[in-house]
This record gives sequence, structure tokens and C-alpha cells, in this order.
Amino acid sequence: MRRRFLGLLGFATGVAVGTVLYRRSGRARRERVDLYFDDGSMVSLGDGTPGAERLLPVARQALSAARR
Amino acid sequence: MDAAQALADLTEISSQIETAVLFDESGSVLASTLADETRATELARAAAELLDAAAEVQPGGGTLTQLDAATLDGSVFVVRDGERRIVATTAPEPTVGLVFYDLKSALRNVGEEPAKPKPRRPRKKKVEGDAA
Repeated sequence: MRRRFLGLLGFATGVAVGTVLYRRSGRARRERVDLYFDDGSMVSLGDGTPGAERLLPVARQALSAARR
Repeated sequence: MDAAQALADLTEISSQIETAVLFDESGSVLASTLADETRATELARAAAELLDAAAEVQPGGGTLTQLDAATLDGSVFVVRDGERRIVATTAPEPTVGLVFYDLKSALRNVGEEPAKPKPRRPRKKKVEGDAA
């Protein structure tokens, strides 16, 4: 009984620590571009889509100009 | 309010905004939080390119009014209102809605005249015997 409890506790702790490390590593954060139009519509271009691949390098260029 | 004052107010209100540049549709910088004019021009040019490229990416839709590009290093926001545009950069994962709200307020404030106090009407002198 006690061994099972310790096993479950260890598993839960491992999951929690793994989640925190994954989030901190930045891999969970995805690069994207959101476009908003005057008719109220919004399009989200996720990383890897052709639209994002066109726009993200320009955004990086803007960030580099701002922080240089 | 002039453009420089609008940007000064913007950076005072929003702690998330690192840099901001106000520019017009020709790409001319109207005001900037960057001390270096070349960098401000470069940022405005990149923002204009983002708007143009975004319009090409999504043709046929409505008119693009604002965009937010999120990278692992930070985010770039561009908002346009008529002839004026504003670009701002932030750290990663900003509060998107708040940043857009502050940028739109700054754009609205540019060119808006400060409210003038209403002229006071001269008070009528009370004449004795009026109450009768």
C-alpha cells in the first residue's frame, strides 16, 4: 500500500517537474503571426505555415532593429 | 497632442512596450522612442514590410488593421489607423489585448487637440427688488 502510494507520488512529481521544465525551455511557446481585419475577422498563422515563414523573418528583423 | 508626446504617454502607461515608432503610409518616421534615427527608420520600414507581406498572404479578405508577430525573442505589433501607423516591440508573451489597446489609444491621441476649457458665462448681477 505504502509502496504504491510512493510510486504514484513519484510519478505525479515527475510529471509536474517535466511540465515546468518543458514550459521554461521555450519549446511550448510557438511562434505565430495573428492578422486582424476591419471586418472583425482574425487569422492566426502558425509556425511552419507558408504565411508565417514569410512574415516571421521580417518580424525578427524588426526586433533586431529595435534592440541593436 | 503631438506624436512625440503620444509616444511618451504610451511608454509611461504600458510597461510591456519596449520600443515604439509612429510613422506614416510613406514610411516616414513621425516620432520614436529610439534615440537612433537610423534604427527608428529601419523599424518603421520592417513594420511597413510586415503590413504589405501580410496583405499578400491573406488576399481577398477585409482590410488589415493590425497584426501581432510572436517570436521566441519577443513580439512585434503593428496597428494602422488611416494614414498613421504605429509599431511596437515587447518581450516574449505580452498581454496582447492590452498592448493593442494602448497602441490604438496612442494613435487616436496623435493629432487630437487637447480639450479646451469652456468659456465661462458672465454671472448676472442680482438687482435688489427682483424677488418681489
